Amino acid sequence: MTMKLTAHLTLAVLFLAAPCAFAQDAAPDTTALPLDTVPPGSVSGLTAVDYVDNSDEGDRIEISWQASPDDGAGEGDVVSYQLWRSENAGADWDSLGVAGAGQTRYLDETATPGTEYHYGVAAYDGTSYSERVSAGPVVGRANLFQMTRLAVLVLMLVFFGMVLTFTKLAERGADLFVRRIPGLNAIEEAVGRATEMGRPVLYVPGIGEIDNIMTIASLTILSHVAKITARYETPLIVPTARAVVMSAAEEVVKEAYAEEGKPDSYNPDNIRYLSDAQFAFAGAVNGIMLREKPAANLYLGAFWAESLLLAETGFEAGAIQVAGTAMVSQLPFFVTACDFTLMGEELYAASAYLSREPKLLGGLKGSDWMKVLSIALMALGVILYYVNQESGFVAWFFTQ
Amino acid sequence: MRREIPLAITFLIGIFMLVDFFVPHHAVSTSAEEMKQWGTIVIAASILLGVGNLIRVHFHKIRRRREGWGYSIVTLAIMAVMFAFGGPWGTVEEGSAFNWMFLNMQVPLQSTMFSLLAFFIASAAYRAFRLRSAEASLLLIAAIIVMLGRVPLGQYLTRSWPQAIQLPTLTEAIMAYPNMAAFRGILMGAALGVMAMGLRIILGIERSYLGGEK
Repeated sequence: MTMKLTAHLTLAVLFLAAPCAFAQDAAPDTTALPLDTVPPGSVSGLTAVDYVDNSDEGDRIEISWQASPDDGAGEGDVVSYQLWRSENAGADWDSLGVAGAGQTRYLDETATPGTEYHYGVAAYDGTSYSERVSAGPVVGRANLFQMTRLAVLVLMLVFFGMVLTFTKLAERGADLFVRRIPGLNAIEEAVGRATEMGRPVLYVPGIGEIDNIMTIASLTILSHVAKITARYETPLIVPTARAVVMSAAEEVVKEAYAEEGKPDSYNPDNIRYLSDAQFAFAGAVNGIMLREKPAANLYLGAFWAESLLLAETGFEAGAIQVAGTAMVSQLPFFVTACDFTLMGEELYAASAYLSREPKLLGGLKGSDWMKVLSIALMALGVILYYVNQESGFVAWFFTQ
Repeated sequence: MRREIPLAITFLIGIFMLVDFFVPHHAVSTSAEEMKQWGTIVIAASILLGVGNLIRVHFHKIRRRREGWGYSIVTLAIMAVMFAFGGPWGTVEEGSAFNWMFLNMQVPLQSTMFSLLAFFIASAAYRAFRLRSAEASLLLIAAIIVMLGRVPLGQYLTRSWPQAIQLPTLTEAIMAYPNMAAFRGILMGAALGVMAMGLRIILGIERSYLGGEK
């Protein structure tokens, strides 16, 4: 009975309220704004250029413009930009796409290579379009040279020219001075010390993959170290974190022992693959240091956070330690925990320095002269920057 | 021929990769990308060499009862267990035994090793900051300023000093000028070293990484 009464009351309330609701809907909206009949301001500075990326198929055109004066300013009512494309000298426009308000760039990824296009852009405020601005013609092509890398190419060719010139000079017997690098001199001393103590030498080529240039540099140094250990008949342990590096290290050490006339002294069990996992590798190398007690630890290659774990354990174990890496963030750890550290370029210079081969020394001299040229160019750049700030000289120079 | 063929391959691939850097044409970039993928595949496949080496080295150690041979048994046993569970039931599936062992055994062990770094940093810093020379003294002073300048305490301690000599300001100055200058100097030298090394390898002047020099 109570439920029936409630239902009837609800229906009655609904019937009474309904006409009021309809009346509200039907009433004129006195607060509505008048329709915006003024189109937004046009875009300016429209450009359409062939877009060059790293895999250029000539199918991309980059369209850029300066925003409408009503986009974010003025009336501030621009909601989007409409883009059109035409193959017919600016007639027969086809809709291309829409860019949001605030955007000033659009990448047309549907161009046919070799076809001439015109592009049009207009701002839209929700009711009307601005006047369409057009640009073109532009043709998409699969480019054969990345022009933004021209400066890199020029500097690279200059550098390569210097390296090759000094290499030729060295081959002709020119005396090339190379400054003393204590860290590299220490390698032979460290191996000598290990020999005297009758303990092995530990050589860690980092945890970089074989495609890391630091690992390659490390393998070239390993070749020299292996020759010294072969000469002294000192065991050489090479733990690796990458299987390919292990394979390359095996080859390098085996060849070095053969060249020294000691192929029988080569022990394949000393070239060890430990683990690809960074800290598992660090733990395993630390275990070798504490169990097999090498007298000399050489860390040369690419290292990350494991650098200090290795170097501190080696220090605690009392080994003489030489490290070298181009990983700038790890250098402070090695400098702190090792007896000698090769910094950055010294790692790459090691092979030439140790072998004293004229051809390799030529490369070192080329690098040095490139550094001189780089410093000179930087100084010139700084001077020109400030001169231009004061007088506008550079801008004047290029316009004249 | 044993040396000439690898050198020729190195030269050709090296030059091609250089060309790829400067030539954006898709014909070049597609081939270069394919070569890089082949490199990745070869590297991935080489894990078998690593496993072979691991088994050989530890097997020899156990057979000859060398010092610590017990650890070798543990290593080989764990490898066999992981292989036994990973082979038939998958390695990355959530809830698989392999995945469980990886997440609950290997990951915590690695985290433990990583966290040891904090103690190693403390002991290394202690040695580095000992006042033994003028350079070590400079290092100590710079380190104190930077460490204090990076925490709220440093800001609090020097809040009433002029802005120019407050610890956060001095920290920023040390990091932005002497530190950055040294950082960039090393980086530039290393970059040129890499280029020179790359050229030597491409031209076959540097060949000791192939094993020997003759």
